[in-house]
Amino acid sequence: MKDQYDAIIVGGGHNGLTCAAYLARAGKRTLVLERRHVLGGAAVTEEIFPGFKFTVCSYVVSLLRPEVIRELELARHGLHITPLDSAFVPMENGDRLAIYSDAASTREEIRRHSKRDAEVAPKFSQMMYEMAFAVKPILGTVPPDPSRPGLRGLRTLRDLGRHLQRQGQRSFHDLSKLMTMSVSDLLDEWYESDVLRALSALNGIIGTMLGPKSPGTAYVLLHHYMGELDGAFTAWGCQKGGTGGVSEAIASAARSYGAEIRVEAPVAKLIVSRGAAVGVALENGDEIRAPIVVSGADPRVTFRKLVDASDLPAAFVEAIDRFKFRGSSGKVNLALDALPIFPAMKDPALIRGMIEIAPSMDWLEHAYDDASHGGFSRRPYMDIVIPSTVDPTMAPPGKHVMSIFVQYAGYDMPDYGTPAQQREAFGDAVISTLCQFAPNLKDVILHKQVLTPFDLEQTIGLSEGNIFHGELTLDQLFCFRPAPGYADYRTPIRNYYQCGSGTHPGGGITAGPGRLAALEILRDAK
Amino acid sequence: MPRPTPFHSRTSRSCESQSWLEWSGFLSANSYELEHIHEYDAVRTACAVFDISPLYKYHVHGPGSAALLDRVLTRDVGKLPVGRVSYTTWCDDQGKLIDDGTVAHVAPGRYRLTAAIPTLDWLQDNGLGIDAAIEDHSEALAALSVQGPTSRAVLQRLADADLSGLRYFHELETKLAGIPVSISRTGYTGDLGFEVFVDPGWAERLWDELLEAGQAVNLRPAGNVAQDMLRIEAGLLLIDVDFVSSSRTLFEVQKSTPYELGLGFTIALGKECFVGQEALRREKERGPAWVTVGLVLDLVALERVYAGFGMPLHLPERSWNEAVPIYADAERREQVGRATSGTWSPILKSYIAIARVSPRFGRPGGRVFVEETVEAQRFAVPAQVVELPFFDPPRKKA
Repeated sequence: MKDQYDAIIVGGGHNGLTCAAYLARAGKRTLVLERRHVLGGAAVTEEIFPGFKFTVCSYVVSLLRPEVIRELELARHGLHITPLDSAFVPMENGDRLAIYSDAASTREEIRRHSKRDAEVAPKFSQMMYEMAFAVKPILGTVPPDPSRPGLRGLRTLRDLGRHLQRQGQRSFHDLSKLMTMSVSDLLDEWYESDVLRALSALNGIIGTMLGPKSPGTAYVLLHHYMGELDGAFTAWGCQKGGTGGVSEAIASAARSYGAEIRVEAPVAKLIVSRGAAVGVALENGDEIRAPIVVSGADPRVTFRKLVDASDLPAAFVEAIDRFKFRGSSGKVNLALDALPIFPAMKDPALIRGMIEIAPSMDWLEHAYDDASHGGFSRRPYMDIVIPSTVDPTMAPPGKHVMSIFVQYAGYDMPDYGTPAQQREAFGDAVISTLCQFAPNLKDVILHKQVLTPFDLEQTIGLSEGNIFHGELTLDQLFCFRPAPGYADYRTPIRNYYQCGSGTHPGGGITAGPGRLAALEILRDAK
Repeated sequence: MPRPTPFHSRTSRSCESQSWLEWSGFLSANSYELEHIHEYDAVRTACAVFDISPLYKYHVHGPGSAALLDRVLTRDVGKLPVGRVSYTTWCDDQGKLIDDGTVAHVAPGRYRLTAAIPTLDWLQDNGLGIDAAIEDHSEALAALSVQGPTSRAVLQRLADADLSGLRYFHELETKLAGIPVSISRTGYTGDLGFEVFVDPGWAERLWDELLEAGQAVNLRPAGNVAQDMLRIEAGLLLIDVDFVSSSRTLFEVQKSTPYELGLGFTIALGKECFVGQEALRREKERGPAWVTVGLVLDLVALERVYAGFGMPLHLPERSWNEAVPIYADAERREQVGRATSGTWSPILKSYIAIARVSPRFGRPGGRVFVEETVEAQRFAVPAQVVELPFFDPPRKKA
């Protein structure tokens, strides 16, 4: 009997959908199977409280690859990103630091903290742009296996080597530093203002169970500089209707090419026959056959849950088991009756940008220490946006939704009892810390959704609650993501592929893994 | 020296950028913040208000009002029911375009015409012998344009009338916060939107009420820089940019006809005699010398041009209004038209331009080459020919 489908994608996250869209576009009869009732994985919008749309997990967009936007015509399918171009950091002494979209206002603001830093800041940005430009080709490259590169791999390595060589000696030195240093040490070389260092360090620790003083965090910083919006590097924005809108746009593109997408269709197992994938078994017992199966789930789910260890080489199983997930963050989403008032915010327009609870380097390092010894930071770092200030579809008129990314929060919270008690304690710590900077907040909360790393694992399927499908540390990047020898989207099982953020180029709403995986699959299918 | 509009006390208070343009002798804000992008986004995501008071406005009434307008305008005004608005052009006797605007049938036998350039004498001269009165209300009417997906919601908060029944290109009289106004479902953005005409004495209060009511749905004032990006996305032409009024140039080469500009749909050739009718009829038979199309530039090719300089792709932050040549070939041997305005479209994630090309290159799906200057060197970047408008959301007419 002939199979009904050419390819099955396990998981309707944004990368699974991207992979499906590319396969369907190439004429493959493609089926996406999503466990939940809603598409998007961690890039999902849900109306948790009537009238209020929550960007449940992932909340901002920047790293989405421009080639995916172009090739899948995502704008036509509903991609609609409004820029977030200011940042506001309230300080413990009542002062603040603000970054504006225009350089002159930003310079004036930094000058209040350090005249020297005001002049250094544009140079630091320039260095980071230069580095982002230098490593940008890597994002679109299928990682070769350096131990067995083959002709194609050698060509890739040669091209990358030439490209890096062209960047010049200074760039090479800067790049080496970024690849090895801690973000704190890196910023010490540039800035004297503590609050500016704290703000600049944030992208180095986000989503990673490392403090700003841990080596390797400088690279995480660079990873977040590789985004671009409308040709502008490092620009961040909010999708209209929440990040679920990005997933919906990709899903719409996939459907337009003929892909079929099923929700509430959890996959239990990969069906393997003579070392090759031949289909999947659903939890309800149904079996669906196809000559290609792709997993958009993270490496632990892809290889340790969907597949029996006996179907995999022992060394590979060991590598996957060693792959570090270590969720480091939680999420609190609020429905608000009115806007929070930050007394330190003198310019009301800043409420439409990013709000960072990161008043000092010590605050960040303490938050890390605190979480390392007991579960979560009692005074955490928070990355906040209030998308309803720009997009009126997020909340009823005059009301608001507040998305609070909270770090650090470990997967294990041994001091706090049951998961429900952990959630309660974690949510309370977030609100009470935030009220230190916006005292009226507690009076305007209509509804609160709290997600610990455990909750992220249970609801979204992110192992240990890691938002990137595994940490973005150097030992887990490029040709090591998720395991040496299997960074090219293939797996030890023939016709079984991986396309999630646990593969290159990693986490965030990039759609990069989904695209590159699809291109490799199509290569093999030729 | 440019004069203030009736809203100036309010617009100047909000205009942090202090960037103003002279528009028909009035001060008009380019952008309220230093950057225009939030104003652009407001129109596509929430809503924005533009001060469009500098538009020229004429009221024509009396027994011969329709006959007069029918003699001047290319549309069949006699067929326009009360409460309807129509986009129209008007031409000289050679069929060359003078201007475009909207004509609204506001009450039986009473019309309001908007224009970009002064038109009183043209109406008067062509109205000789017709029993109709022409009044220049350009300064007797202040005007605001409220545009964007939440524009109806914000106006409805203030309006006596039910605006959900006000259809695209219809108009009604009502009160906003007790202030008498005319509201037409029209605009220059290609989005859901309305234009509000009001006595200047009420202007400041109307502005205040609107901004107050708009807070809950993120309304903000917006200026010309955002406006220009929006109208290009909507495929709407701008006088002195995409065409030159035949009344303002001595040179034939600078004149154009509605057919050449893709505005043939505004010409009711079959109605009784109107200015330019014969010339337009001949042109229709012959076919226009140019056609107006949309172009979508190939970003991959443009990126390659920048890569040649070791630079990342650069996209324009705002629209451009200086015509550039269109070629048939990458070597720039045969010029086949000109792009008259263009912009990066954040909503479409495309680099778009409005262009006038030779008819044999005007077929949608075809390919032409647009001149792009990078680091003061000229290149020809491939572009796909598409139909206008680029952006046309269902909510515009819904």
